[in-house]
Amino acid sequence: MQLSTKHLLGIKNLLPQDISLILSTAAQFKEVLQRPVKKVPSLRDVTIVNLFYESSTRTRISFELAEKRLGADTINFTASGSSVSKGETLLDTVNNILSMKVDMVVMRHSASGAPHFLAKHIPAAIVNAGDGINEHPTQALLDAFSITEKLGGLEGKRVVLIGDIMHSRVALSNIYLLKKMGAEVMVAGPPTLIPKYIHEALDVQVEYNLKKALEWCDVANVLRIQLERQNQVLFSSLREYNLAYGVSKKLLDGLKKEIVIMHPGPINRGVEIDSDVADGSQSIILQQVENGVAVRMAVLYLLAGIKS
Amino acid sequence: MEIILDKQQLHLTILRLAHQLVENQTDLKEVVFIGLQPRGLPVSKLIVETIQTLFPDEAVNYGVLDITFYRDDVRNELHKATRTDIPFSIEGKKVMLIDDVLYTGRTIRAALDALQDFGRPQKVELCVLVNRRFNRELPIQPDYCGKAIDTLTSQKVKVEWDKEQVILY
Repeated sequence: MQLSTKHLLGIKNLLPQDISLILSTAAQFKEVLQRPVKKVPSLRDVTIVNLFYESSTRTRISFELAEKRLGADTINFTASGSSVSKGETLLDTVNNILSMKVDMVVMRHSASGAPHFLAKHIPAAIVNAGDGINEHPTQALLDAFSITEKLGGLEGKRVVLIGDIMHSRVALSNIYLLKKMGAEVMVAGPPTLIPKYIHEALDVQVEYNLKKALEWCDVANVLRIQLERQNQVLFSSLREYNLAYGVSKKLLDGLKKEIVIMHPGPINRGVEIDSDVADGSQSIILQQVENGVAVRMAVLYLLAGIKS
Repeated sequence: MEIILDKQQLHLTILRLAHQLVENQTDLKEVVFIGLQPRGLPVSKLIVETIQTLFPDEAVNYGVLDITFYRDDVRNELHKATRTDIPFSIEGKKVMLIDDVLYTGRTIRAALDALQDFGRPQKVELCVLVNRRFNRELPIQPDYCGKAIDTLTSQKVKVEWDKEQVILY
């Protein structure tokens, strides 16, 4: 019983049974996190480095907490204030860290494919914590875990990803995962933020009308508008975006059913989602964050057990 | 293949263990029974059910413990984690650990570690259906034992719950 892969670079190269194994292991770790002593000694002989070349709050804290709850030793690296500013290359930085006997690397990088590059050159196991606009596998896994927890499963469930699909690594990982696990997937948003051939390439439905998309779905995963990745104007103003594609209480109340609202964070309140929706009873945004620790514990635990 | 306990012996042994586990207890409320996942689950369930029939008016504390995350061989072999369910505090209680076969003692070592995370028990005792006396790797012995046997490392002991027998092969 082990994962089919040595690294977690993306959902794309995972098998459905890998995903099931991660989710079922995460459920056991969630139980551990409810105990008075929220810690197990599984990885007490493992050292993990968190390499964050891009800013992060949730993911970094969540990974660090997951590592500590597993009893692993952790070191944190952030690009600012390091020798990266002196011109050291990614590979040199990592090799220097690994020479101090580090077993696993958790990495976030603004360049898509950075962890894949690293995986070809270093022996340590790599967990992708987000690479550019490519993938963010642990976010998709925790989203899947949260949906399963809330609705009892993924198969046949209708999930709509709303907003900035073009620049979202969360969207891509979610699409891969949900399709592999038998869910129906739709993307919704303004045409400028949805890749043109996404329907043909990834076999997902495309909808430009938010109300129709919400009426269709069981779960709405609202994505953040990633202003930092947009180098041209793709919609005229944040206010206009909010009027056309912001998820509001009024919109939700107009639906015939109650849908589940998710958001990977950080939230732009009043842009892609209104405050009363984000904090409302249909939202499981904070549960997603809570589940993130259990899911990341499962990923680290399962990868540490793979014999090289 | 050799049958160590047949159906009738298995039932009698479980009956005996159930009686032994409670004969010295003054207050059942202070005792908790914990079956070790996954293989200690059936035997612990049968023992606890028997105890419950002996004391129909008392609530018997019964939980199950999965020790996967406490194993010392994570990096050699992964095991699938199963459910842990201890819906009460074990602080100051007498804990009866129940498993099917005691062999190297490593599972019990992990279980003792795991128990600490649920509180500080007043006392921990071990009850096993089969005690393989040789090849222990840690200084751990059972307090209650269904059957003690001497085996070779190459042999295996298996409790077949569908056929209700214990075999050596």
